[in-house]
Amino acid sequence: MEFFTISLLNGISYGLLLFMLSAGLTLIFSMMGVLNFAHASFYMLGAYFAYSVTELVGFWPALLLAPLGVGALGALFERYCLRRVHAFGHVPELLITFGLSFIVLEMVQLVWGTSSVDYRVPAELSGPLFTLYGTQFPLYRGFMMAVAIVMLLALWLMLTRTRIGLVIQAALTHPETVEALGHNVPRIFMGVFGGGAALAGLAGVIGGNAFVTEPGMAATVGSVIFVVVVVGGMGSLAGAFIASLLIGTIQTFAVGIDTSLVSVLSALGWQIGPDAPGYALWKLKVSQVAPVLPYVFLVLMLIFRPKGLLGTREE
Amino acid sequence: MANTYYEFKPYNVGRWVIWGLYALILACAPLVFTSSLSHTMLSQMGIAIIVCLSYNMLLGQGGMLSFGHAVYSGMGAFLAMHTLNLVTKGQWPLPVSLLPLVGGVAAMLFAVVLGWVTTKKSATTFAMITLGVGELVWASALMFPEFFGGEGGISGNRVTGAKPWGITFGPQVQLYYLIALYTFVCTAAMFAFTRTPLGRMLNAVRDNPERVEFVGYNTQMVRYIAFVVAAFFAGVSGGLAALNFEIVTAEVVGGQRSGAYLLFTFLGGATFFFGPIIGAVLMVLAFVLLSEFTKAWLLYLGLTFLFMVMFAPGGIASLVMMNLRVASFGRLRELWVSYLGLGVTGLSALAGAGAMIEMVYHLKLNAALGPELRFMGVPLHAQSVDSWFGAGFLLVTGVLLFELARREYVRQWGETQEFIEKEIKRREMLI
Repeated sequence: MEFFTISLLNGISYGLLLFMLSAGLTLIFSMMGVLNFAHASFYMLGAYFAYSVTELVGFWPALLLAPLGVGALGALFERYCLRRVHAFGHVPELLITFGLSFIVLEMVQLVWGTSSVDYRVPAELSGPLFTLYGTQFPLYRGFMMAVAIVMLLALWLMLTRTRIGLVIQAALTHPETVEALGHNVPRIFMGVFGGGAALAGLAGVIGGNAFVTEPGMAATVGSVIFVVVVVGGMGSLAGAFIASLLIGTIQTFAVGIDTSLVSVLSALGWQIGPDAPGYALWKLKVSQVAPVLPYVFLVLMLIFRPKGLLGTREE
Repeated sequence: MANTYYEFKPYNVGRWVIWGLYALILACAPLVFTSSLSHTMLSQMGIAIIVCLSYNMLLGQGGMLSFGHAVYSGMGAFLAMHTLNLVTKGQWPLPVSLLPLVGGVAAMLFAVVLGWVTTKKSATTFAMITLGVGELVWASALMFPEFFGGEGGISGNRVTGAKPWGITFGPQVQLYYLIALYTFVCTAAMFAFTRTPLGRMLNAVRDNPERVEFVGYNTQMVRYIAFVVAAFFAGVSGGLAALNFEIVTAEVVGGQRSGAYLLFTFLGGATFFFGPIIGAVLMVLAFVLLSEFTKAWLLYLGLTFLFMVMFAPGGIASLVMMNLRVASFGRLRELWVSYLGLGVTGLSALAGAGAMIEMVYHLKLNAALGPELRFMGVPLHAQSVDSWFGAGFLLVTGVLLFELARREYVRQWGETQEFIEKEIKRREMLI
């Protein structure tokens, strides 16, 4: 029970972090049709910016400044690189973000070094939030969840309740009409791209110190958020939300379970020796399989429900 | 069936000349570059050419952007290596020269299974699924050390089995000629594939899948078959790589390898059949030579890629073809002054930028070695104003003059293109 509750809470906080990342990715994708390969790089930049700003002025300003900085970089990239490639079609757009991810990785290694930096949870947020069945749940995890939920609400309110949100939603489906009504659609695109990058940056600020801030952090989370976006249904925000929570909890649970098929079967009174066919497969522990689970989930999803959880279009 | 009418079939002289030259280059390259480093590099180039061409079967001809092509070349390499070890143990009397085919067939079988899921979708979703499948295989590589050999990989010895005519494949040159033979045959086979009805259908699926469905073809099936065929050639190259390096580690199925295939196929030019050959040669040069010269090579690679996507999305092959078109109308001579200007100014700007990047890297990574470094034979002092000013001055003047040269060149290029358009119209009128 203790394992279950703590894993569930950890899983949800990880899932919410995944959602902060995939929300920006989904928004950018559904609006511009661009699959932003550099999205995880923006996440990494957010963490490193936050580290530097924290060194200078402290964590709380960093929580605001780092996402703004990342967002500005994203907007500049859209304005001067992505927009130029837009006319060539979707593949070059995807490729240019792919190239950007290389450059960001190199730059980060150049500026902050190739090993991890000491980006820590601030003192006022370290410590336990509550104790459950004798296990402490860290305060910072709670803070992560709170930030993610506040962001989610703010995003939802902005998209559905404000004028800007309405224009963005209209530009999603009918860019020509919106342009004819006098709105600057390229600028909206720039704003959305910058906003998506800023969301990734915010995720980096609060995720960087919860996990590790190192040059490999973009790669570890990068492919998982793509899985989230596909499983949730391309371009569906609600789908991305469900998929992030699902994948976050599945992965957290799997890491904690230390049983294999061999031990399960021997508990049922069925012994499997090392010379049985396919023993390598039988003896795998669930925790060893954990890194593959999102991808297995993706493949299964594509076989049984190709449009994703809440996706609408079938490509 | 005999035709009742006379059909004029000229020999396609150009094609024979080009393929002859290709074979000649493959055959003579190790005689011209005789050092052992160049033999190793030439072997790697042959392997890279096969895999980049097979990748372009997906990207260029099928419009399928794959982020997991290394899965197939890598699995080919692993299976070929396991087979090689079986041959060494004497359990399977197979000549070493046929091992790449084993790799190819193995990769094809993997593609038959994995490709069925992958090719269910097209375009962006396809890209993401290949990424996911790539990660899946990469993560499983660490889960099954029995097959993938864990951190150390699997090694073997290619000097084994029967030795027809004394060919042992021990010396690198002998292996190079095996690779060259495979490269030539595979290139020819892949070119022939583009001429088959299936190859043509693949182009149609890339350009207008909806219409293809209306005509009555199953687009998913066309993509699937092409995917399997491409995987076969990737597996052949993997098998050759296993023979060449005599060791296969898990990173050959990793995402970075797939990314490199994508990057260099695109740099070479995905829109032309021969583009990936240029890309493959560049790939080996970049990985072997550039990484020796400078620590900043990944940054250069990323920047080159970014600028190519922005300004020449057709890759190097398209630049070559555009200039060939101008040359065929006899107007290339007028452009050479502009090219000289562009080249000189561009190179000086690049030299300035390169010097600055090298100084930054030197300060950051080699601080213990002192501030002096040499860049292209010029001694630089990474902490002095002089070096920075010199590099900055070179960069700024280079960029400004390049912009001037570029404007003149764009004007001239436009005029030439206009002339060519008119000339084409005029020739049409004559017929």
